[in-house]
Amino acid sequence: MVEAGAGSREDTARPSQELESVVIRFAGDSGDGIQLTGTQFTNTSFIAGNDLSTLPDFPAEIRAPAGSLAGVSGFQLQLSSQEVHTPGDTPDVLVCMNPAALKVNLPLIEKGKVILLNTSTFNSANIKKAGYEENPLEDGTLDDYQVFPVDITALTLGALEDSDLSQKEKTRCKNFFALGLLYWLYNRKMDTTEQWLNKKFSKAPELAAANIKVMHAGYNYGVTTEMFASTYEVKPAQIQPGKYRNVTGNTALSLGMVAASQLSGLPVFLGTYPITPASDILHDLARFKNFGIVTFQAEDEIAGVCSAIGASYGGSIGLTSTSGPGLALKSEAMGLAVIMELPLVVVDVQRGGPSTGLPTKPEQADLLAAMFGRHGECPAVVLAPATPADCFDIAIEAVRLATKYMTPVIILSDGFIANSSEAWHIPEVDTLPDLSVRFTVAEDGKGPFTRDPETLSRPWIRPGTPGLTHRVGGLEKDFNTGNVSYDPDNHEKMIRTRAAKVAGIAKDIEPAQVVGPESGDVLILSWGSPAGTVRRALEVFQKEGASVAGCHLRHLNPFPADLGQVMAKYRHVVIPEMNLGQLRMLITANYDVRPVGINKVKGQPFRVSEIVDPVRRLLQGVH
Amino acid sequence: MEALKLTKKDFTSDQDVRWCPGCGDYAILSTVQKIMPDLGVPPHDVVFVSGIGCSGRFPYYMNTYGFHSIHGRAPGFATGLKVSRPELSVWLVSGDGDAMSIGGNHLIHILRRNVDINILMFNNRIYGLTKGQYSPTSEIGKKTKSTPMGSLDRPFNPLSLALGAGASFVARAVDRDLGHLQEVIRAANAHKGTSFVEIYQNCNVFNDGAFSQFTEKETKDDTVLYLEHGKPLIFGKNKDKGIVMRGAHPEVVTIGGEGGVLESDIVVHDETVPTPHYAFMLSQLQYPKFPEPVGVLRSVEQPTYDEMANEQIRRAKEAANGSSSLEKLLNSGDTWTVE
Repeated sequence: MVEAGAGSREDTARPSQELESVVIRFAGDSGDGIQLTGTQFTNTSFIAGNDLSTLPDFPAEIRAPAGSLAGVSGFQLQLSSQEVHTPGDTPDVLVCMNPAALKVNLPLIEKGKVILLNTSTFNSANIKKAGYEENPLEDGTLDDYQVFPVDITALTLGALEDSDLSQKEKTRCKNFFALGLLYWLYNRKMDTTEQWLNKKFSKAPELAAANIKVMHAGYNYGVTTEMFASTYEVKPAQIQPGKYRNVTGNTALSLGMVAASQLSGLPVFLGTYPITPASDILHDLARFKNFGIVTFQAEDEIAGVCSAIGASYGGSIGLTSTSGPGLALKSEAMGLAVIMELPLVVVDVQRGGPSTGLPTKPEQADLLAAMFGRHGECPAVVLAPATPADCFDIAIEAVRLATKYMTPVIILSDGFIANSSEAWHIPEVDTLPDLSVRFTVAEDGKGPFTRDPETLSRPWIRPGTPGLTHRVGGLEKDFNTGNVSYDPDNHEKMIRTRAAKVAGIAKDIEPAQVVGPESGDVLILSWGSPAGTVRRALEVFQKEGASVAGCHLRHLNPFPADLGQVMAKYRHVVIPEMNLGQLRMLITANYDVRPVGINKVKGQPFRVSEIVDPVRRLLQGVH
Repeated sequence: MEALKLTKKDFTSDQDVRWCPGCGDYAILSTVQKIMPDLGVPPHDVVFVSGIGCSGRFPYYMNTYGFHSIHGRAPGFATGLKVSRPELSVWLVSGDGDAMSIGGNHLIHILRRNVDINILMFNNRIYGLTKGQYSPTSEIGKKTKSTPMGSLDRPFNPLSLALGAGASFVARAVDRDLGHLQEVIRAANAHKGTSFVEIYQNCNVFNDGAFSQFTEKETKDDTVLYLEHGKPLIFGKNKDKGIVMRGAHPEVVTIGGEGGVLESDIVVHDETVPTPHYAFMLSQLQYPKFPEPVGVLRSVEQPTYDEMANEQIRRAKEAANGSSSLEKLLNSGDTWTVE
């Protein structure tokens, strides 16, 4: 029986060493429950007060053959007593549940670091499947690392000797052995995970009990064996007081849409089609019907966006969520929303492309598609969240602009932001902006295309409004009446007006935010998910006293009105992005600046060094 | 205050109608404008949604709300509108290219969902707006600009396709028989769920006379089978021909006379048969072997998507019992406080 109190330190005399931060990577077969193990460690550490950032890294296949390289799933997290901006470049601790996980992840870890291995899986068949000629535990491959071999599967089965579960069910508990051992190693309490297991398996209490038992066995293994010389402690971070919760980008975006609905008083209508890595937005919003959120799983991407536009026409906030291939399919309908001048929010959770590409990996290569991927002169607003939590604010900003300016707004998230998580400082509801909308009625004396002189926006007239029946469509409209017009001058006037409307939004958005010196040698101009890595790089330069500043863009079309002036204050503008230079192309086209690109398209986020090193080389060239 | 009696004029927009002179679309437009005042819905609560093609211009001519969308996708827009605004009367106007070709996928899905929308599909068996290519309803061997040696692909039978997709209301009418067209459109409007109406429509420029055998005085009595609920399937100039079933197969028979069958042997039309087999049999009656049926083939009550979707919202709100506050939502899940 397991008797040890969860997380009680009286049971060990082992010294505890304090660490500022630690990066842990769990890796194993996609059927090993790696994402779940990582998430549990994350939640427990959040509750212990650490600042934290996570990176799930899973294969496109749901279940690739067991033990294969293609089936390796990973989950990396960085916890710290300081502010964390990234999931960490390289792991301090790598937990490998099988040889394939070791093969895939060994290149990520530096020599001298800790590797915890489940030796039960290192049989000749698995070793061969992982592409090793010899057993890496014996042939010297791991000589330069601190290796902790643990027979996790056997120990798990031993802990469940008295259980009536099948051998297969018992074996599946093994990830909780590893989790328990890490909880011991990092001085964590197990109660959060216990509560979660009891809730998750409320209908199968024997499974909850078995997993809890195995987790305790892992914990006690740490207590009783002499394997580790010390345990570690990462103290709570000094973060802004307030209430926090852990959110992924997709969850934050969904919460932001619910908030936007409440703040505007309009229902949200999500018309969408499942696609990785955006589907969780549908899953999340489908649970919020009590807030009047309508979710419609359409027959395809096109019907998804069309239904959203139909709902917008009816007076809802039309929303569609997708990833690259879906963005391509939606482009014609988005053009209709542009010419009809209807609000629409399109969320593109970018993934590796072109075509099916790398469906589970992040990339930022849809920027130009979002800007120009429609036929005709077809401007849309483009926004990009900086971090998972920022998705909440971006969703609200998207709805504000879409409804105020009667325009499609594209949100460019990516697979990294969507699936990784961070601590979110939950806002007070009364600090959120008022998004209230007033539909135009006959008494206002406006026609369907009577523009607001300030915003150039047309009125939003819902069908069902007496006295204002009118027709809108994809054909060019007369500037004054909105009726179909083939007049050449009118067409040009309308094109210029629609362009000016979107360009004018620059006056209504936050100015460019600079971190670091207000002028100097280098400005790192970034957008999207590299935000965290850039912040870390800026901290490095700040410590060195280097003349490097950062400016992170959340508005990509239009750009902040002062962006040109900001960039002009630095000798070099450096743009790191996970594409071959798409923001760089836009900046070059719009400003008298020749930025330097740092471009990475490996389906993996930037490491800090990948930004620091080239900037440093540039600085050396400057001085 | 007593509501003013609405007239056809109240549903007619100020825009010039731009179809070719002699086009069958004029008759359909005029018929719809004429019956609208009787349907009890004011113009501002009616929305006409269309796709691309000659039929796509229809909304511009109606003094209601109108939404001229993109090619083939009208069902998507109409679904989003109807689900979010179930109180509106939503009509979808399409053609054989728009609905059967580029929009085939959306058509079958709106039908299986049974969204409460009236679909009028103008079938002229040709692409008119792009000036005369064959369509998915053109007969095999159709010689057009794009098929100088004749088209190769078999045509869709729109009624069979709709029935195969589970449509709850399927009907056919002809642009030249205005009284009957009125009846069918009224029935479509009265039906709750997706009403699919195929209208044989003459394109006098690119496919003139495609339906003349069903519209000309000399032939139509023998080529058209008027369906009436509860009445036997009888046709012919002398009302002496009918449809009987021989096993699973329909057959044309002569009533009375030497060797003729009794009127009581003729199949009696029932548009409410719950299973689609009977309606499908009717949809497959094709000239010249059979007369082609017009009228309501199938009209069955089934739950509508828009109603069910809104019911789920209502139930979710009820279950939350007024406690759905944004503040509570944002603060849900595992939270912690930093002092």
